[in-house]
Amino acid sequence: MDQILQILSGNARMDAEQIAVMLDMPAEEVKKKISEYERKGIIRGYKPLLDYDKIGTELVEAVIEVKVSPQRDFGFEEIAHTISEFSEVSSVYLMSGGYDLHIRVVGRTFKDIALFVAQRLAVLDGVLSTATHFVLSRYKDWGVVLGEEGIDERRIISI
Amino acid sequence: MSIEHLIAGRAAALKPSGIRRFFDIASEMEGVISLGVGEPDFKTPYAVRQAGIQSLQRGKTAYSANAGLMRLREAIAGYMARRFSLSYDPKSEVIVTVGGSEGIDLCVRAFVNPGDEVLVPEPSFVAYGPMVSLASGVPVPLPTLAEDEFRLTPERLEAAITDKTKLLVLPYPNNPTGAVMRREHLEAVAEVIRRHDLAVLSDEIYAELTYNGRHTSIAEIDGMRERTVIVNGFSKSFAMTGWRLGFLAGPPEAVRQMLKIHQYALMCAPTTAQYAATEALDHCEENIAQMRDEYNLRRRFIVDSFNRLGLDTFEPEGAFYIFPCIKSTGMGSEEFCERLLYSKKVAVVPGSAFGESGEGFVRVSYSYSVNHLTEAVRRIGEFLDELKGGA
Repeated sequence: MDQILQILSGNARMDAEQIAVMLDMPAEEVKKKISEYERKGIIRGYKPLLDYDKIGTELVEAVIEVKVSPQRDFGFEEIAHTISEFSEVSSVYLMSGGYDLHIRVVGRTFKDIALFVAQRLAVLDGVLSTATHFVLSRYKDWGVVLGEEGIDERRIISI
Repeated sequence: MSIEHLIAGRAAALKPSGIRRFFDIASEMEGVISLGVGEPDFKTPYAVRQAGIQSLQRGKTAYSANAGLMRLREAIAGYMARRFSLSYDPKSEVIVTVGGSEGIDLCVRAFVNPGDEVLVPEPSFVAYGPMVSLASGVPVPLPTLAEDEFRLTPERLEAAITDKTKLLVLPYPNNPTGAVMRREHLEAVAEVIRRHDLAVLSDEIYAELTYNGRHTSIAEIDGMRERTVIVNGFSKSFAMTGWRLGFLAGPPEAVRQMLKIHQYALMCAPTTAQYAATEALDHCEENIAQMRDEYNLRRRFIVDSFNRLGLDTFEPEGAFYIFPCIKSTGMGSEEFCERLLYSKKVAVVPGSAFGESGEGFVRVSYSYSVNHLTEAVRRIGEFLDELKGGA
């Protein structure tokens, strides 16, 4: 992966000037490359990494395993796109192994998610079965360890 | 009745580290953002930790050979050949030590007779002088200057040599300045060293953290291998400071003497750490490269940031420190550090802690995440603005 993307993956707020210094290249070139990545859709957006447990708003997240029957000519594409349309769905992956689609859903309550599964997901044509797993606790997300801030165990000064 | 009168004069005469007081203040303060450490912020590579655990689980907890596990010494010899084009016999020319520090001590004790002078380029790591004094030698500071990019020049070396000079310490890549000696600089001083028949203690603990091109050891220069003891280790390169594991390599006549001292003082380096280090050399050179790349990004970032702040910072090519000049503030090193600590809770180390020639500079470690560095730089910027506003 390009070093600019690596740096932005670590901290998307790093500005082009800083990145240019770190990579020893002209700032203009960094800016150009970033806009190119944005234009091509390689960079799809910038968002904060939120620790929901700390926000205080109760949110419930579930992972749903879905088995579907692939459709003639479309395979899994159409059903996957349909599911992606739901606003409460945050990710949809096609999987190898024991089931087909892996879906992450966020709602305010358990009931929200139960209703989503029962009334919107399970009833879709082609959905054969669902298995819903609720997230109980998050320890690491987006490569970031959550919960307690990491403590630097080193001494403040050492020679 | 105090026992003090029974203490040896040599021990009592040792000065405590120059920054003791400053360190005490900093460590008691809450919420300090430190740029003061001299160790990596990375964890020891996972495979290395695992190898240590595995050796414990298998009960490999006995003493090793005095000079270290043969398997590890072979790995060290292989590593020296691969990385620095140096050939050492693992049987007779390598000792595994308790950190680089023990290597320094062994070398000093093996070479220094009472009254022998040992040349110590400064600013540098604080341990050389006291170890020389403990061996009843005379440490002779050899100031290096910002205008020479803190390198040792043949002229300054020549001027400091007397008929008592026995040993030259060569601390490059340098803590605290980040200076390196490239091949041409080493060749220039090597000529002087050979002519005056000196021994060299080359402290290469930061060798892997060299940024513009690869590290050259003075032992690679013609006629130098036979008069050089290389001290190196795992602390900085593999982020293994707490394991306390280093090694030295040198000509067999010197190694034989140092091995006796090591055998009586330490017996052997910790066995668990030796198994872990073997794994490090066998399989983890890629980790070194990753860490070096990351340090390099931070290095460019922090040099640029400090120069923007108006603190003159030459581009260091090694270790993980920058050594900005703070003379423009009109303050001395210690005053600068104390005031910065009190007003902005940012800890950097006074350059004077590393020898008189470090006065007017501070050591800033970039062994921290870029986010941490950014916040520290922001606070230092505020501090400097307030100084100007107040003046």
